[in-house]
Amino acid sequence: MRMLRRLLLRLGQAIPVILVVAVLAFFLMHLLPGDPAAVIAGPEAGAEAVERIRRQLGLDRSIPEQLLVWLWHLAQGDFGTSIIHNQSVLQALADRMPVTASLTLVAFAMTIPIGIVLGVAAAKFRNTWVDSAVMLMALIGVSVPGFWIAILSVILFSVTLGWLPASGYVPLSEGVWPWLRALIQPAAMLALFQIGFLARMARSATLDVLDQDYIRTARAKGVSEWRTIAKHAFRNTLIPVVTTTGIILSLLMGGSVVIEQVFAMPGVGRLIVQAILTRDYPMVQGTLLALAFLFVAINLMVDIVYTWVDPRVRYD
Amino acid sequence: MTEAPAEFLAPRRRFQVLRRLARHRSFRIGFVIVVLLTLAAIFAPLITSFDPTAMRARIRFRPPQEAYWFGTDNFGRDVFTRCLYGARLSLTIGLGVALLSGVVGTAAGIVSAQFRRLDAMIMRLMDGLMAFPAIILAIGLAAAMGPNIGSLIVALSVAYIPRTARIVRASALVVRELEFVDAARVSGASSLRIIWKHLLPNCMGPLLVQLTFVFAYAILAEAALSFLGIGPPPPAPSWGNIIAEGRDQAVDAWWIMFFPGLAISLATLGMNLLGDGLRDVLDPRLKVET
Repeated sequence: MRMLRRLLLRLGQAIPVILVVAVLAFFLMHLLPGDPAAVIAGPEAGAEAVERIRRQLGLDRSIPEQLLVWLWHLAQGDFGTSIIHNQSVLQALADRMPVTASLTLVAFAMTIPIGIVLGVAAAKFRNTWVDSAVMLMALIGVSVPGFWIAILSVILFSVTLGWLPASGYVPLSEGVWPWLRALIQPAAMLALFQIGFLARMARSATLDVLDQDYIRTARAKGVSEWRTIAKHAFRNTLIPVVTTTGIILSLLMGGSVVIEQVFAMPGVGRLIVQAILTRDYPMVQGTLLALAFLFVAINLMVDIVYTWVDPRVRYD
Repeated sequence: MTEAPAEFLAPRRRFQVLRRLARHRSFRIGFVIVVLLTLAAIFAPLITSFDPTAMRARIRFRPPQEAYWFGTDNFGRDVFTRCLYGARLSLTIGLGVALLSGVVGTAAGIVSAQFRRLDAMIMRLMDGLMAFPAIILAIGLAAAMGPNIGSLIVALSVAYIPRTARIVRASALVVRELEFVDAARVSGASSLRIIWKHLLPNCMGPLLVQLTFVFAYAILAEAALSFLGIGPPPPAPSWGNIIAEGRDQAVDAWWIMFFPGLAISLATLGMNLLGDGLRDVLDPRLKVET
């Protein structure tokens, strides 16, 4: 009952955010310099083509009217239609999402254990060479551009050694191993930054916890050091980690745009970049909005997990 | 300096802060890297005698050697020269994004903290912006506003404003409840005066720390956007552009894409080290023990 009330309260808080996101995405189209219809039609288009696009996108109406139409369509689950492929935004997303979701989730599955283990180890061996090495690796991870290290990695592992495919995506339906083999390299490159980010976070969280009285008590009563960390410190270390899950997923999704480009993977990132390069702005607008909605939902779930990990959190 | 009531900026404290920063190892390393890169960017025409965009067919694809430290690319352009001029572009964009998102984010955060009736509205707007993955939002905005440095700075700033606003708001909300602010309010100080004399100076520490990290993110993001073809259009020597152009020759002429990537890493590393140092010294709440 209490959980349900908390859930409803949190859902209520998400509604204004969803509205704001929808309005922001609407105005994206109106940032285009000059006449949006002319920009979308391209420099070579005749007056007739411009008029057609203007009518097609409803740009001939007043802005408040357009906004209402936009929101009305959204309420019906219509995120717009590509002007290039005559395909709905949601359909295009549904086609591309498996690629990006696979990439993001495999990268996420690499980030969480590696980041946490490195961070906790650095804290446990504070001020030793382990700590310095982990922190140096983490610092390099958050400083090196992912697409650059990805290209270098392709030269080493795909071109020179021939161990992994240099590009492309294999659907999961063709088997787990081919799917994973195509994903290992891009996902690892995508995870680098996040692992550094998470290791730093997990280290400081663990250090904070290790200073607490109850840890001293556990040690004083003779609990072994590893047991102290595993049983007593770890759960509290998880709290800030769970909080950052939403941020990490968001960073992974953003990073996948660039990584998909390097590895020629037909995912959502490539969809957005291609839409931009072909001036398919309704597609850009709709995709951005759908992603934002996705992250409102993800953050909602993170909050719910958060209340479960940390019973002290209350939303009232 | 009788005009500086906030403890943080009081002259003696300021001196102590500088001294502690000077003793902080990672701050020192970061500071040296950033200063050297800045000098290299400013004095680029004095360091190299080449033109970053001049094409010379006779010296295409030269590997690194004495005359061309980082080699030459497929158009015979000197990669070292292009990296130097690329530093101008990248550092300008990093600084621009840090300043713009800093000013707007601070304004939004302070107004939220001081004028509680606007708080919900501003923060929902920030939540809305934050729902978009930062780099994807920047890509969309930059694409809509056209491929030039100005729109790139605005696009990246918009993406980083919400985080800055939240940090400033959180600090200001804490300071606001302190007794000396109450005292100022009771003695009739206006909201503006409270903001200017008390809230702002006390938010400076966390704000400065955040902005060094924004600077670092902006350098990485600019490179990524240029790589995707949504940055300053080629032949502008941006670090991301050079990598994108050198990518097709990455196997045979590795030096074209290798050195600009190193430059990006160095610049970002420098800002991150600087930020770590500032955080340890200025923002004890976030202190990561070393």
